[in-house]
Amino acid sequence: MKPVRPPIPVAKPGDLGKRPRGPLEWLATNVVRILISLFVPIVTFVGLYAGFMFLRDSSAPKGIVAVVAIIWGVGGVAALYLVSNWLIEKLGDPWRARLQPFVFVGPAVAILIWYLAFPTVRTFYLSLLDADGKAFVGLQNYGAVFTNRAMFTAFRNNIMWIVFGATFAVVFGLLVAVLADRSRFENFAKSLIFLPMAISMVGAGVIFNLIYAVNPNIGLLNAVYTGLTGNPPVAWTASAQLQPWNNLFLIAVMIWLQTGYCMVLFSAAIKGIPVDMMEAARVDGANEIQVFFRIMLPSIMATIIAVGTTVIIFTLKIFDVVWVMTGGQFSTQVIATQFYREYFTSQNSGYGSAIAIVLLIAVVPVMIYNLRQFREREAFR
Amino acid sequence: MTAARAKDKRRLSLGDILVNGALVLLVLFWTIPTIGLLISSFRTRFDIQTSGWWTIFPHRDWVTVEQFPVPADIDRSGVMGIRGAKGTFEQFREGVTTPDGNYQLVWVGNRRAGSMEVQENKWVVNWGFTVDNYKQVLGGQTFQIRQPDGSYYTEPGTNFVGAFLNSLIVTIPATVIPILIAAFAAYGFAWMNFPGRRTLFIMVVALLVVPLQIALVPILRDYVRLQLNGTFLGVWLAHTGFGLPLATYLLFSYISTLPRDILESAFIDGASHFTIFMRLILPLSMPALASFAIFQFLWVWNDYLVALIFIGAKPDVQVLTMRIAEMVGSRGNDWHLLTAGAFVSMILPLVVFFSLQRFFVRGLLAGSVKG
Repeated sequence: MKPVRPPIPVAKPGDLGKRPRGPLEWLATNVVRILISLFVPIVTFVGLYAGFMFLRDSSAPKGIVAVVAIIWGVGGVAALYLVSNWLIEKLGDPWRARLQPFVFVGPAVAILIWYLAFPTVRTFYLSLLDADGKAFVGLQNYGAVFTNRAMFTAFRNNIMWIVFGATFAVVFGLLVAVLADRSRFENFAKSLIFLPMAISMVGAGVIFNLIYAVNPNIGLLNAVYTGLTGNPPVAWTASAQLQPWNNLFLIAVMIWLQTGYCMVLFSAAIKGIPVDMMEAARVDGANEIQVFFRIMLPSIMATIIAVGTTVIIFTLKIFDVVWVMTGGQFSTQVIATQFYREYFTSQNSGYGSAIAIVLLIAVVPVMIYNLRQFREREAFR
Repeated sequence: MTAARAKDKRRLSLGDILVNGALVLLVLFWTIPTIGLLISSFRTRFDIQTSGWWTIFPHRDWVTVEQFPVPADIDRSGVMGIRGAKGTFEQFREGVTTPDGNYQLVWVGNRRAGSMEVQENKWVVNWGFTVDNYKQVLGGQTFQIRQPDGSYYTEPGTNFVGAFLNSLIVTIPATVIPILIAAFAAYGFAWMNFPGRRTLFIMVVALLVVPLQIALVPILRDYVRLQLNGTFLGVWLAHTGFGLPLATYLLFSYISTLPRDILESAFIDGASHFTIFMRLILPLSMPALASFAIFQFLWVWNDYLVALIFIGAKPDVQVLTMRIAEMVGSRGNDWHLLTAGAFVSMILPLVVFFSLQRFFVRGLLAGSVKG
């Protein structure tokens, strides 16, 4: 990312904060500020909600409902910005300068607080309560999370996902990026490797269930396996005797999905390495392997770390693949499937919330790193 | 000198072969799964169950070319010689190859009243494509399926058209709304001065990696209270909330680097922030808006978890991913429907992906971590 320039100060004559401000004016300003920043989301919400009730009760054909819903949903939000801005512009210069930023930023901040910031606190609170969310039980749920056998398997599996999944996605991504860089059909190859990025994890689950099917007339893997070894076909994912290695067949799906992402970023990074540097090394007699390990790899290390982190976070939260392919049975459960099972199937809100908090704690180091990066860049003072 | 260069050239071309060969291998590994799905979705239920999708490619197989009754005078308990092939009854049941290797004889039926089949080993393709799977998956009524023996059986359709429309109703607003909100916020953070600006933006950065699982339980409780559960509005807002940190961050990093002079001259001309935003910033930010739009579109269209929790079991609002996941559970062996259904769900993202790949890649390169 390019360095961010400090913003233009709002250049409005008469609003340079020179006039002394009384406490009453200060109070009035802030109250109105808060009201305005609440006004947009509340009105948005009420408007959308009222319209939705109307839509839900109508018995029009599905196609018409679809068109109306889309226009009204998108148009509603746009209209509310227009209306609130119009109101602000009516208020006159000093008020406008003070309040307008909140019209711009307010809705986003309100939604972020409602949907992400506040729920983090609420989930933490729920994790201290019992299954029905009534009695306070302290850290008991966390004790249960770390002593439960099923959870232990889930932690082990998540570690397998990270060790094998993230590693191989990065390694294959790097391999394809390096190979494609020297190939004549670079773009074609990259497009095809990248293609799974467009496929949902549910769709990928179906695709790989087809490959892993037990019937060798359906499953490609069993057709190859029985053809080569003559052994009876194997249930690659849904079997107890392969355990814990049946997880690898689920992890393969994620590698298949994520390699394209790694490849694109590595490819761009490799193209950013100065050609002279590699040429100089070659002239000095370095072979291609030395050029790769001594020059390429160190040059793109920052990208590798960034990509690796992203893939690890993605892997940590993996849910769809496991849920669709095995339902978390046959010892393939991961943290996210255990969360779903405990909260939604077993209706244990305290325990489920504790699992969600564990998931959050796992990404906290990355969060701190991001914040530190942000502060170093000092995007604005 | 020339010899050395020639040698060098030869070594390079060997390297070329290695590089391209390895790449082809990887590309094959990455495309075969999708190709298998696509091919299977056009095969009949019977074909899928009895032969692999790869048999549509030319391969050698035994094909019955002739049938004749077993000679009556033969000793059926010992070793028999029929048309040059020798073997016991049990061996003939498995198939006995003729000495020239091109034919095999197979005993069909029981020992006393069986007949013989002559099968020839030749190149065949297993082509019997159909679009019935798609008709059945898309339609909502029941379907009469003709089986190879001529009988019919009835199967209910899975009404993917409805689910497809639901996916569209969910995805389009859930893509546009967060972009609009995030663009306003990004402009505010980049070019406006207000108290709390830095703190609020730090919140955005911190929320980038928060796993959305953390929010599911409390938001679901709010939704139950507000009766938003199982409504499109609820899903739009949820996707907006979960997509906003990344959207705001990406658009901020783009909008804040736009040339300052343009904005300053607009201010001097007396334009308001709102006018500048609508007339200048939005058009100038089109590349960034497009790349995030593709991001969010793919994310929402392919999402399963958010839909599963906030739409739940309501069949009239279910999106495609839920319908497919449900089918995997209830009709996991109906591969003719699963493959067609999965492909229906993949068409739109693939079209978007290939037509707008350039923007998507640009977004990835500018992007960071999505929570």
